[in-house]
Amino acid sequence: MSQQTSPIFGNLDWSVTPYTDLLRDVNSSTIVGAGAASVLVLGALFGIVLLTWMRWWGPLYRNWLTSADAKKIGIMYIALALVMLARGIIEGFVMRAHQATALGTLAQQESGLVAPDHFAQLFSTHGTIMIFFVAMPLLIGLINFVLPQQLGARDMAFPVLNQVSLGLTAVGAALVMISLLIGKFGTGGWTMYPPYTGLDFSPGEGVDYWLWAILISGMGSTLTGMNFAVTIFKSRAPGMHFMRMPLFCWTSLCVAIMLIYAMPALTVSSAMLALDRYADFHFFTNDAGGNMMNYANIFWMFGHPEVYILILPAFGVFSEISSTYSGKRLYGYTSLVIASMSIAVISFTVWLHHFFTMGQSAGVNIAFGIATMIIGIPTGVKIYDWMATMWRGRIRVTAPIVYLTGFFLLFVIGGLSGIILANPSIDYQVHNSTFLVAHFHNVIIPGVLYGMLAGIHYWFPKAFGFRLSERWGRRTAFLFVGGFVFTFMPLYVLGLMGMPRRSPTFQNPDFMPWMYIAAFGGVLMLCALASLAWTFWTSYRNRDALAVPGGDPWNGSTLEWSTPAPVPEWTFPRIPHVTARDDWGECKRAGDPWRAPDEYRDIEMPANTAHGLLIAGASFGLGFAMVWHIWWLAVLSFLAIPAIVALRAMRVIEPRIVKAAEVELADRRFRQQVASFAPATRADEETERNRGVPDLSEFAG
Amino acid sequence: MSETNLYPGLNLGDGHGEAHDQAETTVFGFWVFLMSDLIIFGILFASYASYLDPIGMAGGPGPQDLFDFKSVAIQTAFLLVGGAAYGDVSLAVKYDQGRGKVAAWLLLCAALGAGFLFFEVKDFITQAGKGGTPQVSGWLSSYWTLVGLHGVHVLSGILWIFAMIAQIATRGLDGVVKVRLSMLGVFWHFLDLIWVGIFSLVFLVPLA
Repeated sequence: MSQQTSPIFGNLDWSVTPYTDLLRDVNSSTIVGAGAASVLVLGALFGIVLLTWMRWWGPLYRNWLTSADAKKIGIMYIALALVMLARGIIEGFVMRAHQATALGTLAQQESGLVAPDHFAQLFSTHGTIMIFFVAMPLLIGLINFVLPQQLGARDMAFPVLNQVSLGLTAVGAALVMISLLIGKFGTGGWTMYPPYTGLDFSPGEGVDYWLWAILISGMGSTLTGMNFAVTIFKSRAPGMHFMRMPLFCWTSLCVAIMLIYAMPALTVSSAMLALDRYADFHFFTNDAGGNMMNYANIFWMFGHPEVYILILPAFGVFSEISSTYSGKRLYGYTSLVIASMSIAVISFTVWLHHFFTMGQSAGVNIAFGIATMIIGIPTGVKIYDWMATMWRGRIRVTAPIVYLTGFFLLFVIGGLSGIILANPSIDYQVHNSTFLVAHFHNVIIPGVLYGMLAGIHYWFPKAFGFRLSERWGRRTAFLFVGGFVFTFMPLYVLGLMGMPRRSPTFQNPDFMPWMYIAAFGGVLMLCALASLAWTFWTSYRNRDALAVPGGDPWNGSTLEWSTPAPVPEWTFPRIPHVTARDDWGECKRAGDPWRAPDEYRDIEMPANTAHGLLIAGASFGLGFAMVWHIWWLAVLSFLAIPAIVALRAMRVIEPRIVKAAEVELADRRFRQQVASFAPATRADEETERNRGVPDLSEFAG
Repeated sequence: MSETNLYPGLNLGDGHGEAHDQAETTVFGFWVFLMSDLIIFGILFASYASYLDPIGMAGGPGPQDLFDFKSVAIQTAFLLVGGAAYGDVSLAVKYDQGRGKVAAWLLLCAALGAGFLFFEVKDFITQAGKGGTPQVSGWLSSYWTLVGLHGVHVLSGILWIFAMIAQIATRGLDGVVKVRLSMLGVFWHFLDLIWVGIFSLVFLVPLA
């Protein structure tokens, strides 16, 4: 940043990589920085070599990147999220390792593995990644994969728009990733509060990386919300009344509505901050009538609904698995629907509890405090419903059930600490301490992460045709539970002892035992990550033994279990006519659920298109050029987006037709296969005898 | 067959077959998108209100110094008449009055929108000349952002109109184009709705 902005390269030059810092001064912080950049570069190189060596570029492009199939888009979202999860967990570990060595003295205040500025980048990227590029893609991916299948629809209402949303999310993730190598990330935390993140205190590219990652991926999430909502309102199978929808569809509907209404607030706050930074506006500056409190207000109008956007799909997953793995009908369906919708609505009325100390009156504070406590009621209803579902059920302790049990135990603690924080007078004491850090990890990890991993484990066979190893799945689940307990329970104590959050150093030696325990928890989290990767790998190697072509490995009761595994592109040979809640279970009760349809017809599927890729490419150009002030590229990329849309609109686009004969052939083969398998009993579920055709006499859901 | 209303606003009607049914999903989706857009404007309105005080103006020029009420009234007239003109686009599509009529009404809409933009930009230039640039105060930042964003929407609407004329010329009034014209209609009227808010809150309230 020492020189003038170049008209061609903007602020880019050879000194922006962490290698320059390493050459200037070799210490643990610059080594960590350069190491992370090297992992990125080597990982990208490895990916390119692997794709070239295996000749996978063509299949990747034809079958995945240009596909408008919601199921494939969902899988790509989840793959993106898992890559980002790896980075997020490693960053979390580096932060724990840093704080375990960060005991300073009055004489020498700075200590520890990384420099304070580096530490600030770590917690900023960690938060940004975990919320926007792990949790969001996980839940959006899972909904994309599951929702149309559960509704009895062939695809989302707008398949190509869906592809564009995925592209925009990936661009945001790519911008955050590339900041490892080119330049620095912001140091303002995942919320990037001004005026600290304004131009006066944070010049340079860091905050801009965050802004453009958020603006671009946020646009994708808004469009996703619209897509989900329209799909649920307009694309349900005949007979799939609202009160017949599986609970996961209901929570998806809540998420869709919340995305539509909450994401614009984030767009506005980020756009205003961008105007402050790029055009010298005065929304949030200290001088000239700026008011930073407006940022906090607008950001959390998004931010609080966001946490329920994250948690509700997990609640949907827990509703599905508690019923399926207990062999019982879901207890209190109606109350779960009402509770989900209540949470969705009330979540818009509590945002102010994120800044009780901002200086508004006690009356305002207590109103929001009470609203915050009220939201615990529908959440409690749900926990009781799931426990009642499992009560006297035939529970199989599969990996998802381990996650569910961990969730029960830990999430309730996290919820209780939330109720404590909802009291403004207590909040004044502990806000901005690690007590808060412990609280939100305590709801997000057992809630969102466990829920999504349980969902992945549950629906994995539907996507790929083989189950995941239960043994390794359970080990991963136990490691995530243990890792959570050891990492974050000490942070409650540290917060009460007065340890501020986001602090790169401290001078109180009494903190140390707790810091060591938390660092040990960080090691467990790393082990959990490795175990998760190993689960996928070992299951892939044993895919023949774990194959479930019958498509119903858990004796499920919702529509998606009526199809083969892996599910064909068209999902259903004929759109089902739904006659009951848990229609597939109803078919099982009536006997002979795998009856072939009377006739087969041609099926229209959205044609493959590179539209999403093109939009994503232009958006990446826009984001990257804006971060580095490469104005010519920014203008070109910006104009390219409407041009791409307008040019596509000029053409008449024909859907791809799958011939009735092809559907019939595949479907008849599937039904013969089902008839040839010996039904697997509940006791056989984890063995090779489970070929995806369950013993119907045991169905009790 | 009875006339069914599948989504809010003027429907294409049963006579248009598949396009009418397709519009149910697509236009509904566009309504949902506009609700999201409405939240953006809603937050900008709230921000404008919060900066509309002496602290937010920070000693810079205020509404009395900058606003030209006559020009605002002219802009309002252009925009609202443009809204009425789009009603004729919808009717021409619905009652199959031919490509020429649809295109002519569309061009009139674009011309009225351009008239609106001409006076709006002229106002912006005058205001900047009087020292009312967005860099001066929080209030001016929020004024330029809110009114400017609406102006950008109108500009997008005009570009969309030309894109639609190009589509009508090349592919004719097929089902997809009809559905898109229905969406454009919802968008174009949405701009009027926002303008009524801007007219009242941004211009009338501070001058009252």
